[in-house]
Amino acid sequence: MAVVNSVVLPIRTQEDIVRVRQATREAAVGQGFSLVDQTKLVTAASELARNTLDYGKGGDVEITRLSEPPRRGVRLVFTDQGPGIAAIDQALPGGFTSGGGLGLGLSGAKRLSNDFSIVSKVGEGTQVMIARWR
Amino acid sequence: MEKIPILKMGRFLLVTVQVDMHDQLALQLQDDLTARIVAARARGVLIDISSLEVVDSFIGRMISNIAAMAKVLDAETVVVGIQPAVAITLVELGLSLEGVRTALNVDRGMALLQERLADEQR
Repeated sequence: MAVVNSVVLPIRTQEDIVRVRQATREAAVGQGFSLVDQTKLVTAASELARNTLDYGKGGDVEITRLSEPPRRGVRLVFTDQGPGIAAIDQALPGGFTSGGGLGLGLSGAKRLSNDFSIVSKVGEGTQVMIARWR
Repeated sequence: MEKIPILKMGRFLLVTVQVDMHDQLALQLQDDLTARIVAARARGVLIDISSLEVVDSFIGRMISNIAAMAKVLDAETVVVGIQPAVAITLVELGLSLEGVRTALNVDRGMALLQERLADEQR
């Protein structure tokens, strides 16, 4: 799996979420994603960026364009040093929220992606990885 | 400060969302709209989101909230112009926009609001 290029963006403000959406769209377009696939990835990015800001108290995202002929993909890795998620198995199925939202963020992002993984340690932070391929 | 304009058309309010909204702007719209519904004694709200390329759970929740608040204030909300890719993504995300009426475009949305008003006056 070859990395075509990679950028890291901070997630500290609500405007940063907008920037993450735009940068994700750019990467998806650059990789030749269809409009539906672009939209799914950008929506997933928006959910996870908001999680990073609201629950993780800020962090960053690494947006990477991947090449694995014949397929091409975009990988997003969201990292925060926030409180961590104690009950991932509760947060993941959806519908569960500790932050006043709908609880769709994590589960929705997972459904909208081809690859998904999450590592979280209470008191240390959370890292969520998603990837989508064409 | 940036704001999303709200136009008045007869008994209805018309909102066209044309920017990629950050969260605060979406919340601002929610507040502005409810205030305008009361001030203008509006009976319907038409929200055109045909320019929106992404509707995530936050924006979806805002739309549902607006519809619910408008209903309490005796106004109907119709959301129009959802892009096909956005519709597909919304469903996959698990967001059904419950309680929100939708129409394909502004014309059909307006017709829907007018029908409802006409039904009441009968």
